[in-house]
Amino acid sequence: MYAQTFQRPRSFYGQFDRKPGDHLTTHYCPGCGHGNIHKIVAEAIDDFGAQDRTVFVSPVGCSVFAYYYFDVGNLQVAHGRAPAVATAVKRALPDSLVISYQGDGDLAAIGGNEILHAANRGEDITVIFVNNAIYGMTGGQMAPTSLIGMKTTTTPMGRVVANDGFPVRVAELLSTLEGPTYIERVALYDNKTRAKARKAIRKALQNQIEGRGFSLVEVLSPCPTGWGVTPVDSLKWIEENMLPNFPLGVFKDKSAEREHRTHRRQAIAIQDVPGILGLNGNAGNERSAGILAGGPRTSCPPNVDYRLKIAGFGGQGLLFLGRLLAEAGMRQNLHVSWLPSYGPEMRGGTANCHVNISTTEIGSPLVSAPTVLIAMNKPSLDKFENEVVGGGLIIYDSSLIDHPPARSDVEVIALPATEMADKIGSAKSANMVALGALIGKTNMLDKDALLHVVRSMTKKVALLDLNLRAVESGFEFARANAAEESLWGV
Amino acid sequence: MTKELIKGNEAVIKAALLAGCKSFYGYPITPASEIAEAAAKYFPLAGGTFLQAESEVASINMVYGAASVGERTMTASSGPGLSLMQEGISYLAGSELPCVIVDIMRGGPGLGNIAPEQSDYHQIVKGGGHGNYHTIVLAPNSCQEMCDLTLLAFEMADRFRNPAIVLADGFIGQMMEPVEFPTKAIEPEPKSWAVRGDAETRKNLITSIYISAEELEQHVLKLEKKYLQANSREEMYELYRTDDADLVVVGYGIVSRILKAAVDQAREQGIRVGLFRPITLWPFPYRELSVLAQWAEQFLVVELSNGQMIEDVRLAIEGERPVRFYSRVGGMVPTTEELLRQIIKASEEKDVRANLSKTQEFLWAV
Ligand SMILES: Cc1ncc(C[n+]2csc(CCOP(=O)(O)OP(=O)(O)O)c2C)c(N)n1
Ligand code: SF4
Repeated sequence: MYAQTFQRPRSFYGQFDRKPGDHLTTHYCPGCGHGNIHKIVAEAIDDFGAQDRTVFVSPVGCSVFAYYYFDVGNLQVAHGRAPAVATAVKRALPDSLVISYQGDGDLAAIGGNEILHAANRGEDITVIFVNNAIYGMTGGQMAPTSLIGMKTTTTPMGRVVANDGFPVRVAELLSTLEGPTYIERVALYDNKTRAKARKAIRKALQNQIEGRGFSLVEVLSPCPTGWGVTPVDSLKWIEENMLPNFPLGVFKDKSAEREHRTHRRQAIAIQDVPGILGLNGNAGNERSAGILAGGPRTSCPPNVDYRLKIAGFGGQGLLFLGRLLAEAGMRQNLHVSWLPSYGPEMRGGTANCHVNISTTEIGSPLVSAPTVLIAMNKPSLDKFENEVVGGGLIIYDSSLIDHPPARSDVEVIALPATEMADKIGSAKSANMVALGALIGKTNMLDKDALLHVVRSMTKKVALLDLNLRAVESGFEFARANAAEESLWGV
Repeated sequence: MTKELIKGNEAVIKAALLAGCKSFYGYPITPASEIAEAAAKYFPLAGGTFLQAESEVASINMVYGAASVGERTMTASSGPGLSLMQEGISYLAGSELPCVIVDIMRGGPGLGNIAPEQSDYHQIVKGGGHGNYHTIVLAPNSCQEMCDLTLLAFEMADRFRNPAIVLADGFIGQMMEPVEFPTKAIEPEPKSWAVRGDAETRKNLITSIYISAEELEQHVLKLEKKYLQANSREEMYELYRTDDADLVVVGYGIVSRILKAAVDQAREQGIRVGLFRPITLWPFPYRELSVLAQWAEQFLVVELSNGQMIEDVRLAIEGERPVRFYSRVGGMVPTTEELLRQIIKASEEKDVRANLSKTQEFLWAV
């Protein structure tokens, strides 16, 4: 008769086979609150019919062995990180019931950041926060929730505010955030408070089942061993010592007004992924639509090996110029590489990139000895002029740089790029003028193929015509320049 | 043939999605941020999750959660972030969870700088976390390999139920090169061990705790067996002009490319030099390298660190041959000419052990 009064929850194992040694009793101390809370949680899982859907996440603390007891999917995870783990589980399995079960050291000390941000994101998970004001598992050290004056193994003279700070009130703290849906603090010291705790935990789980977002229940829970009191006295201890510091109650409840807080991924068939990434022809991705052939490089020399450094102000479009070159080179079946200056270096207002275009495989993407330097401002010319190899080429923007390079062993084109671009319609196209001049001078790439790339890579339609004309004008400039030179040569 | 001019960092993400990766959890850091940015753009479109975590500690534990449910998942960072992830990586290995982690190395120690270095070798290849575990480590040297080795990393991670790390540097991550992507995406095999929040997987457990000494010993031995298996079959490397080489230069990642160019130039001068490039850094291709020691008279290791991989090269050579070392650090990257000079110098010094200072002698580990 008597045996029937205690009905074991189905989601709680009757025999603890995962536990080494004795399979019939739990590993918890007599009077420990964890057992009570486990039972409440397991009963709620049963009642919601959620046993098969539940993923129980237990980080490190006395409850690290929760998987001995809960007959649900179990993850044992790192100290403090359960909310991060639970976040990813819930994102992957939106229909599961994800429970993060944490102690006070775990949640309020080492895992402070993870709980803060899971709460702030309003993750649709349920957190059971077991506040026993001490580190149970490691043998009774101070927790962030330990009371002022409380003796622990690491506060042998009692917790001193000046040294250890104040007890952290997690429920209140997290309630200041917009993200959480429901936060309540309950306790376990008599039937009345236990009933309240049961109600709160059920609500926190129900919220998740209904997709209402982040719920956390803080449970003031006895740790007779850590506190050095009997199980019976530990109940009184909660009432007398913890309640004044940790008032019970609902700190936040937006359960009624919050819905559809569960993240759901778009349903995408795996065979559609390449198209989404622009990796097949039919996704309207113009790059793949046959343009790549690029055409034969009939009008260009068969072997090229260009190492370019392109430098100037940030905003002059010089990284883009480099990319156009590399893209055009690639489409003409050459080996190419493009390397930007990156990070804070960009913030100083200068920008440069290194481009290799070659018939042979490219070693270092870093251009330390350029065969071509395009310098679009004075600091760049001053900085890189001497790196150019003998017999190399320097193209510089003579509208912005008032004196030519000092080098006499390189070819130099003084290109009034900014002025020319300005005349065409916008000084912004100076980079395109330089590009045209480079091709006009070196014939390294087929001009038509290059124009094709300019067309496909200029995002703003309004700029396209301008860009094309700028390339042409640079090209003509270089050709005229060359003709003039050859006249001089006569 | 579809080629795309793309950054190494972005190629990683396209490859990951083609490998059927479902989630990316990460925290920004130069020079790896474009990986997170590309993930933010593509993962939601492709039916996955992108989440910017509150720290690398959180990222790696989110990865732990995603891996636990059996989906392909990943994160990416650079040195300081990887340092923070080490506890999580140890847990992943202990719990036998597959995932892919990308490290785009920058200069250190401390905040160092954001320029390329190879100074994470120790923490990545030797396992910066606690306990008896290894991670699979793949070292790409081009944007194409950022794609190919990311695909391989997912495959190997699943096969070994272990984290796999793609170890690249700031240059490989930041540069753009033509990449040919596969045009089909993979649907990964379902994992019977995962916890998927359903009846079928309810009894499954993901854990790294084995409280009894006997059990933990068994667990560690089981892991070790796996690692031995990887060690005997999975090594990858590239040999370049080593058949008749008197001198073998050894480098991985960006360094291997500069070395290759220098080898070509040295060969033009009649120097018999070849390149050995480890592609898997764990397992390290010890055997293949030791074979070269049968005829190569000396070795020259070049790294962007002050001597980390060289320890594995020495282990492979087992004192049979002198191992020289050349390095640049702090974000300085040697030029082809600079490495050519090192090759010439090595080949000219016939009696390689003559005229050595004590410290050099030590470095040579003769
Ligand atoms: C990174 C790390 N640091 C420290 C520990 C040791 N440790 C295990 S549990 C614990 C505190 C547990 O206290 P609490 O979270 O309050 O749970 P309780 O045991 O009281 O239920 C500590 C410090 C650990 N496992 N991992
Ligand atoms: S030490 Fe405290 S929290 Fe841990 S099992 Fe014992 S009573 Fe429970």
